[in-house]
Amino acid sequence: MADAHADVSKHVRMYMAVFAALAVGTVLTVLVSRYDFGGSINVVIALAIATVKASLVAAIFMHLKWESCSAIWMTLALCAMFFMVLIFVPVLIANDLPPQVRIGTWG
Amino acid sequence: MSDGVLPYTVEPHPVTGVYSGKLGTWLFLASEVMLFGALFSAYILLRVGAPETGRAAWPTAEEAGLSWKIGGFNTLILIISSVTMVMAWVSLKMGNFGKARMFLAITVALALTFLVLKFTLEYVPKIQHGHGPDHSVFFGLYFTMTGLHALHIIGGIVVMLYFMFPGAGLWKTNPEYYTNRIECTGLYWHFVDLVWIFLFPVLYLMN
Repeated sequence: MADAHADVSKHVRMYMAVFAALAVGTVLTVLVSRYDFGGSINVVIALAIATVKASLVAAIFMHLKWESCSAIWMTLALCAMFFMVLIFVPVLIANDLPPQVRIGTWG
Repeated sequence: MSDGVLPYTVEPHPVTGVYSGKLGTWLFLASEVMLFGALFSAYILLRVGAPETGRAAWPTAEEAGLSWKIGGFNTLILIISSVTMVMAWVSLKMGNFGKARMFLAITVALALTFLVLKFTLEYVPKIQHGHGPDHSVFFGLYFTMTGLHALHIIGGIVVMLYFMFPGAGLWKTNPEYYTNRIECTGLYWHFVDLVWIFLFPVLYLMN
């Protein structure tokens, strides 16, 4: 089994680059939130930046870029599938809720 | 493999190709994705279905009163702590335990800074102003999501302190095993950072 991290000091520069990208991403998230792009475009932009940042963390800091273990990838694929269900179910049913169970009628 | 010793803590398992701790950590993180995913799911449903008025109405930025300055500063703290965490692992890979322990100490210090800021500048003033979890649906969600995240920060601090002090002896007897355990700690810590990367815009900037 070859050690993918034999020359680990070379990775340090990459970690610093990711750090810079994450810092820039954070500033960018705040900046774009201060302009009204109209409708739900702000939400889409904020989530897009967050997704890019999260992908950088997962790929570099969590070493997924170098991960070859298929069991880990299958776990993540299954996880992603169920996560999608969790996220899309409320989006898809929100407008179909009958009035009596609509949230907040007790407010 | 002698009795009572965990197999495949250093050498890769013949079936999976990685040491078993790493696969175990990823399985745990998958369950964590579902745990936080359920809360994000609840957030979407409650937000999309929010009525115009009442306690379930979605607050504007002013009504929510969450400072993007505090949230953004805490985001940077967690990002830096992710870098110091990965540097602790790099130091161990290069055989420098002293440096690794220093990086772990910085990571713990940053984690504590995050918690102190969260409690003194956000939780306590919010509750004092009557914006506790019982104030509205939004604040119920805010306290549940950031509270669960804060518990994860505390958990990470406990694990790091363990490897800095009582668990540090493993470095002398089995340095590769110790390095792997720090890598797994790092996987968890980066995940906690990753959750915050989503929590910050969702709670602080989208009102």
